[in-house]
Amino acid sequence: MSLRDKIDNFKKPFAKGEKYEKWAPAVNALDTFLFVPNHTTKKGAHIRDGVDLKRTMITVVIALLPALIYGMYNTGYQHNIQTGEATDFMTCFLFGLWKILPMIVVSYGVGLGIEFAFAIYRGHEVNEGYLVTGLLIPMIMPVDIPLWMVAIAVVFAVVIGKEAFGGTGMNILNPALTARAFAFFAYPTFMSGTKVWVADAINVDAISGETILGKLAAGNAAGYDMWSMFAGSIPGSVAETSTLWILVGAAILILTGVGSWRIMLGGVIGASIMGLIFNAFHVNALMEFPWYGHLMIGGFAFGLVFMATDPVSAAQTTTGKWIYGILVGLFCIMIRVFNPAYPEGVMMAILLLNVFAPTIDHYVVQSSVNRRKKRLAAKQLKTT
Amino acid sequence: MQEYFSLFVKSIFIDNMIFAYFLGMCSYLAVSKSVKTAVGLGAAVIFVLFVTVPANYMLDKYLLRPGALSWLSEEYASIDLSFLSFIMFIAVVASMVQLVEMIVEKFAPALYGALGIFLPLIAVNCAILGGSLFMQQKDFPNVGMAATYGLGSGIGWFLAILAIAAIREKITYSNVPGPLKGLGITFIITGLMAIGFMSFMGISLD
Repeated sequence: MSLRDKIDNFKKPFAKGEKYEKWAPAVNALDTFLFVPNHTTKKGAHIRDGVDLKRTMITVVIALLPALIYGMYNTGYQHNIQTGEATDFMTCFLFGLWKILPMIVVSYGVGLGIEFAFAIYRGHEVNEGYLVTGLLIPMIMPVDIPLWMVAIAVVFAVVIGKEAFGGTGMNILNPALTARAFAFFAYPTFMSGTKVWVADAINVDAISGETILGKLAAGNAAGYDMWSMFAGSIPGSVAETSTLWILVGAAILILTGVGSWRIMLGGVIGASIMGLIFNAFHVNALMEFPWYGHLMIGGFAFGLVFMATDPVSAAQTTTGKWIYGILVGLFCIMIRVFNPAYPEGVMMAILLLNVFAPTIDHYVVQSSVNRRKKRLAAKQLKTT
Repeated sequence: MQEYFSLFVKSIFIDNMIFAYFLGMCSYLAVSKSVKTAVGLGAAVIFVLFVTVPANYMLDKYLLRPGALSWLSEEYASIDLSFLSFIMFIAVVASMVQLVEMIVEKFAPALYGALGIFLPLIAVNCAILGGSLFMQQKDFPNVGMAATYGLGSGIGWFLAILAIAAIREKITYSNVPGPLKGLGITFIITGLMAIGFMSFMGISLD
């Protein structure tokens, strides 16, 4: 008896009209986790590509892994240089793993629990969207955040940010960023400052516990060379520090066509323009910081690659994606420089543009409708 | 020049009528089902705020505030008519809304039909009276600042209703749970949008 038969046998009481019918979404989710569902289009538009939501989401998870693994290493590295312990790869990595794995488990446990509950209650299938969200949430939190805060942020993001709109694909704000924004506003002492970015920061005098953006906002020098900023051996949220490994993830997303290169390129262009403008003024430390440095520090690269490109909450039209990406970049640097309350601008920039993405789309669609109308009118004028 | 610009940006984004003060919610919730009508109402609100705030500023300066009447004669310098501000402001707002109504009915009858009762109700839109009262409280040095503030607040309100109308058009395809359909989900969206607008809180433009 193969595993397939066993599963089919197990699924019998969950079929339509049987005793446990309403539990079917949960069982189906487990089934499709193990086997590729062989649904094929029977009529109407035939889609020839084998990529479904599950493959798309797994691609994003794979693209996240390099940054996550580096993030675990960096967590250990930042901790060990302050305590003066060994900083070889395995020691640091295992320390980071020990710190970050519980966050991932809590995030997946709570989030998937809610997803399953809603799926059973509302009678829709469990979607794979949470696989990415659930991994993103621990990656953008400070490493020392208490686990119950992660849990509450996840509950808010999944229930209010997503399930209230009907689940995967229907939300207006990126759920992972909703969770981070919730935690940021609800527990500010755990989400910003000098002590949260390094695990168990007991000996903060030995190192600088602040993020580079925090230092710049306070008017000090960055204190790290460009290579550390690019490679990511700097304090920050769990997996956002390494621009290098995020670029590897970006390459995976672009090559597989999962992430939109238009949004990423637009964001880089927007941020560079804004950075250059501020460089021209150079009034304070944040404005003097070189524009290419702004692209590497903080969560800019991570947010732009993995969260601004979220196909649900971003703009959906081609022109709209350019506008959206450029505006994310512009606003990100602008919030960093102008708003002393948030040294990190990318979270708020993406959330703000999520709010305006439908408006951008609406006007892009309207303008192309009008263009075609004009073309049609011109044609009719010619023929008559 | 710079203070005009910073006041303008401030009144659009930082002191946004909807997301910072939650003013003008009734028409914001009721007329945001489609982008077209939302744009119409938003434009009307911009116009009314742009006209009434400077008009009320003049009223306040030369009629209402303590000692405002001294331009008539020195003996009136002790008179304080500020208890009349509510009624005077609302009278100016109502007459301005009448004017807008006539203009819209004449030049955009389709929009007039779509806006329905909410066009005359701009008169009691809290954002409009709020604009005038904030103006009084902020004590602007001249009428130009008051006009800038009115225009900025109007544009802020316009942006808010435009964004929510586009979002509501988009979520017509969403599978919103039954009890939340309509107003419920709109309130949730407004809250989430306010999180997005939190990006501007705490910016000080001086």
